[in-house]
Amino acid sequence: MSLKFRGVDFIGFDALLTDDELLVRDTSRKFIEDNLIPIIEECNRAGRFPRELVKPMADLGFFGASLKGYGCAGMSNVEYGLVMQEMERGDSGVRSFVSVQSALVMYPIYAFGSDEQKQTWLPALQSGEKLGCFGLTEPDFGSNPGGMRTRARKVGKEYVLNGEKMWITSGSIANVAVIWAKVEDEDNKIRGFLVETDRPGFKAEDIHGKWSLRASVTSGLSMQDVHIPESNLLPKSGGLKSPLMCLNQARYGIAWGALGAAMSCYDCALQYSILRKQFHDKPIASHQLVQEKLTWMINEITKAQLLVLQVGRLKDKDKAGAQHISMAKRNNVWMALECARKSRDILGANGVADEYPLMRHMMNLESVKTYEGTHDIHTLIIGQSVTGIDAF
Amino acid sequence: MKILVCMKQVPQKDAPLKLNESGTWIREDVSYEVNEPDAYALEEALRQKEKHGGEVVVITSGPARSQQVLREALAKGADRAIHLEDNAFVGLDALNTARAFAAAVKEEQFDLIFTGLQSDDYGYAQTGVVLAELLGWPHATIIMHIEKNDAGIRVKRELEAGFFQFVDMPLPAVLTIQSGINKLRYATLIGIKQAKNKPLRKVAMADVQSALSTNLQKIERLYVPQKTKQTQFLEGPAAEIAKKLVDKLRNEVRVL
Repeated sequence: MSLKFRGVDFIGFDALLTDDELLVRDTSRKFIEDNLIPIIEECNRAGRFPRELVKPMADLGFFGASLKGYGCAGMSNVEYGLVMQEMERGDSGVRSFVSVQSALVMYPIYAFGSDEQKQTWLPALQSGEKLGCFGLTEPDFGSNPGGMRTRARKVGKEYVLNGEKMWITSGSIANVAVIWAKVEDEDNKIRGFLVETDRPGFKAEDIHGKWSLRASVTSGLSMQDVHIPESNLLPKSGGLKSPLMCLNQARYGIAWGALGAAMSCYDCALQYSILRKQFHDKPIASHQLVQEKLTWMINEITKAQLLVLQVGRLKDKDKAGAQHISMAKRNNVWMALECARKSRDILGANGVADEYPLMRHMMNLESVKTYEGTHDIHTLIIGQSVTGIDAF
Repeated sequence: MKILVCMKQVPQKDAPLKLNESGTWIREDVSYEVNEPDAYALEEALRQKEKHGGEVVVITSGPARSQQVLREALAKGADRAIHLEDNAFVGLDALNTARAFAAAVKEEQFDLIFTGLQSDDYGYAQTGVVLAELLGWPHATIIMHIEKNDAGIRVKRELEAGFFQFVDMPLPAVLTIQSGINKLRYATLIGIKQAKNKPLRKVAMADVQSALSTNLQKIERLYVPQKTKQTQFLEGPAAEIAKKLVDKLRNEVRVL
């Protein structure tokens, strides 16, 4: 039995959104309902990325939606966030793919790239004709990317790249990788490079056996003496700050996305609890312990909505700090994971099967809690912000 | 071709409905959406325009909230919109709604006017037909397909029991469009942005008031059907029970 999503709005949240924002959300919702929901459980079982959705998503303008020009829609941050919410209401893996394409590939080219790089890549990435991935994390450097071992060496008019990247979303399906490496001739400063994935020495191998984000591709990248022209350096990138700026974009989208996953879980559990009868033919929604769980969820979802909306409004005014985005990501992913667990509880054994989306969301959210700055790392970013003392 | 599409905002199909105090309609605080057949009418108009060129104009009547229907249509590709904006439009019957539309577009020269086959809320299926009568245009209902030719158009109508009818019509004409005849497009994110710059003309109740009269049709009472369950025990000898049972099945339940 599948339960159709009905949206979640406890305190008239929709009244805080403009007509355009509502239209963006409803259009995205309908697209996901029509195109992703019918196939997502099959994709998740098979560990298959629904590549057939790339073109339709591109046609609607989902890639690089918040960038201006190059065929991009020029959405506000709140509008972009609502798209992410609806995507992840479908599936965190598919949302991750869109986040990477938009915030981690198109954004750095947009922010740090040359005009030529922008002209070459942005329209192709927007239209889904080309796909991208983002190589920052390494096997030995996750929370501490500054320790990375990947190196770029200038040889004549080329750079030669060597190193390993790990946990790279879309790695093996990407046409271009945004690779972060320390430049030996520049005092080991971290800079970004565009590496076409068909260059000799570049290899991407998928990570198998994932219990999470099964509908997206996750790979390890290896680069052995990969030669790229010097024009592939992202000229305006410089220092760890550059990749962190990209992560800020992505983390912001994740904060909205997690909200979508939470809504999916809550709405499913709510509908189920009214239909499911136990003890004297009464719906389990009439039981106090079930009501407590539902109340907890709607309470946290409502707070999370307000939090991320305010961060979005700040971001639209260019006033959102990293600490604000950290709070939204940290809080919303945590609360979404809790919602997945509580919803699964309410559905009992039914919650374990993939007839319902709960276990899928729960397992996906374990990754979402970990990537783009773990929950704990965001704790330290907020701690640093309020105390002024760095605890890393 | 210049095509006008009449669209309506209706309560969402899945939304739980609550009746208003007087029990004559539903409460305002529900979620709304585009009337489904109207969405197909818009899609058909956009496709005709893509084939033959021209302009697609959308029109609706209703309070401020109903503007969302027009915004969505503009985002999908309609060129401009007309909003008859007033709470009072909600309560108009089909005749007066058609009169209001006719009055609002009397300066325009359309080749075709599309409406959805019927609205998902009132379900009158009359507004389009009445509008044709008011304009003195021919009309055809339950349209499945439209083909332009030299003389005008050839349309395919859905009849009952799997039968279809083909009708040749001159232009201008009014067509009421059946749901499901095409595949609806989504508004693109760029389309939503561009919709902001498209013209939207507002028409006040006062502008069309002189064309209207009192409603000829009104809803007296709306109610949720009462679910009742009664158990009766038939007693006596078997033959007598069987007789009573047959009588009940034939005359009360009427299944025999």
